[in-house]
Amino acid sequence: MIAIQDLKRISDYEWEIPQTFRQDMRVPVRIFATRRLLEKVMDDKSLEQAVNAATLPGLVGRVVVMPDMHQGYGFPIGGVAATRYPEGVISPGAIGYDINCGVRLLATSIEYEAAKPLLGDLAVALDHYCPSGVGEKGALRMSEKELDQVCREGARWTLKQGYATEMDLLRTEEGGCLEGADPSKVSPHAKERGRPQLGTLGAGNHFIEVDVVEQIFDAEAARVMGLEEGALALQIHCGPRGFGHQICTDYVREFQGAVKRYGIHLPDRELVCAPLNSPEGQNYLAAMRSAANYAFANRQMLAHNARIAFEQVFAGKVKDWRLRQVYDIAHNMGKIETHVIDGQEIKVCVHRKGATRAFGPGSPELPDEYRRIGQPVLVPGSMGTASWVLVGTESSMQRAFGSSCHGAGRVMSRQQAKKQVRGEALRQELEADGIRVRAGSMAGLAEEAPQAYKDVDAVVETVAGAEIARKVARLRPVAVVKG
Amino acid sequence: METYLSGYREVAHTADWELEVWAPTLAELLCQAAHGMYALSGVQLADQPRLQRQIDLEASDPEGLLVTFLSELLYIGETEGLAFDQIKIEINNLTLHAELNGAPIIKLDKEIKAVTYHNLSIRAENNLLRANIVFDV
Repeated sequence: MIAIQDLKRISDYEWEIPQTFRQDMRVPVRIFATRRLLEKVMDDKSLEQAVNAATLPGLVGRVVVMPDMHQGYGFPIGGVAATRYPEGVISPGAIGYDINCGVRLLATSIEYEAAKPLLGDLAVALDHYCPSGVGEKGALRMSEKELDQVCREGARWTLKQGYATEMDLLRTEEGGCLEGADPSKVSPHAKERGRPQLGTLGAGNHFIEVDVVEQIFDAEAARVMGLEEGALALQIHCGPRGFGHQICTDYVREFQGAVKRYGIHLPDRELVCAPLNSPEGQNYLAAMRSAANYAFANRQMLAHNARIAFEQVFAGKVKDWRLRQVYDIAHNMGKIETHVIDGQEIKVCVHRKGATRAFGPGSPELPDEYRRIGQPVLVPGSMGTASWVLVGTESSMQRAFGSSCHGAGRVMSRQQAKKQVRGEALRQELEADGIRVRAGSMAGLAEEAPQAYKDVDAVVETVAGAEIARKVARLRPVAVVKG
Repeated sequence: METYLSGYREVAHTADWELEVWAPTLAELLCQAAHGMYALSGVQLADQPRLQRQIDLEASDPEGLLVTFLSELLYIGETEGLAFDQIKIEINNLTLHAELNGAPIIKLDKEIKAVTYHNLSIRAENNLLRANIVFDV
């Protein structure tokens, strides 16, 4: 059990668990949090899981934990860990089952006041065109050959099929395609699950949300992104569906043997890993990239369908109903990146689980227009509360492997949320606050109630105070579609 | 102390779902885990048609058998839309044979993404086997 007394306070926003805290730690743990946020997680196992993560072989620098941290399985949600490439390890559990779960933000010039009477129709249309719910299948039935193409090409495949624009891809992390994906490293089980699900939202905490840009903090960055105060915006939060879940399941199982073969001892079997330069590590990397590309394509298909919904509702009623891509970013991913650690440039595999890449200005990985302002960081709040648009900073590059927070972070168990909140009552409360809700399951809605999450504003104030991201705009929800 | 020799119950977990399962034998423990997993996700079955499936698999340890078996049920649930309310399992030297009897799923409240190995350990306590399973949801 870890107590606040075990932590070294670095500043109002930063704390450290020293490497000496436990004998098997290979690096210290650096936590971005205020004392108040930290106190909220002392009852769960987030910090214990961060200490466990700090035992992975080949780690460099530190394990970083974001203020939206909460207990996960094996690796904490909100955790970032970098292992030296190629001799360090890659751990599927430190990326998660929802490989490249992420968020896409699209901006519009549709004035909220003009759209207000049509928001109910918009929620219905989004629900109709963007299939959601448990085990939901999409309109597209891919052959195995087409699925393999999606694995290799990601969102580029959707461009060829007419579901994307060049601008969409330009404004997507990695251009919507991770190089090095190999579908031959993906099991038949995963392929069978993946074939019918492209273009579907799924269930759980995934959603499509219509927001209004409520407040702008950085006018220049907002202008570059195309965000207009008082206008609608759209967020899509989802991942690789069953395709990714099965790939992670397969490799966590396979790596149970790999850790024995490579003599790796870990405090939790969910952290199993293999050296990046081993056949097992290379196979997982190729399969993980296939899932990541599937997820990029999935969010692109949903964006395409959302555009159809917007056209159906707004065409002829407002002057310009186009949805323009702001950015698409992963928050569960393993990436090979170069970072400066202790003054040296080192190639590493950065595991981000419930953490967003947040590259600062000047990063060559960013499109020209964002290279000047820093990479957009999308932070969805809990249902019914604000979401934020931030940008990465130079400080994030130096202190957090170019990473920031990914959301509000849960604070209440699903069991407790279901006991305290009735789905239908919550839906009525949200509607009374002017938020239209379409939900496949009232029990699912209750589990995602705003009171089950931390205050997203407090999370954002922390990353801004710690200077690992900078505020650009605050969004307020006006319609939500959930599976 | 539980009233029954075998069973399951939900345990609070901040982000995911945790199930505590107990039974006198490994085969019964896996049956209870399957029933508990279906109950957590709110599975409701059609009355008809009744359908049968068989699963054969092996693992290097009992925990691996548990995770692999439940993962296979999730796979069948998603690809075939089937779940099972009658489950018979035989285990010999970490090789499992399961006879499954069930029906199409007509309602499912929550999606389980995966069965994890997080802190998973099948332990013997007072002549019972016991395990805590964390599901990613």
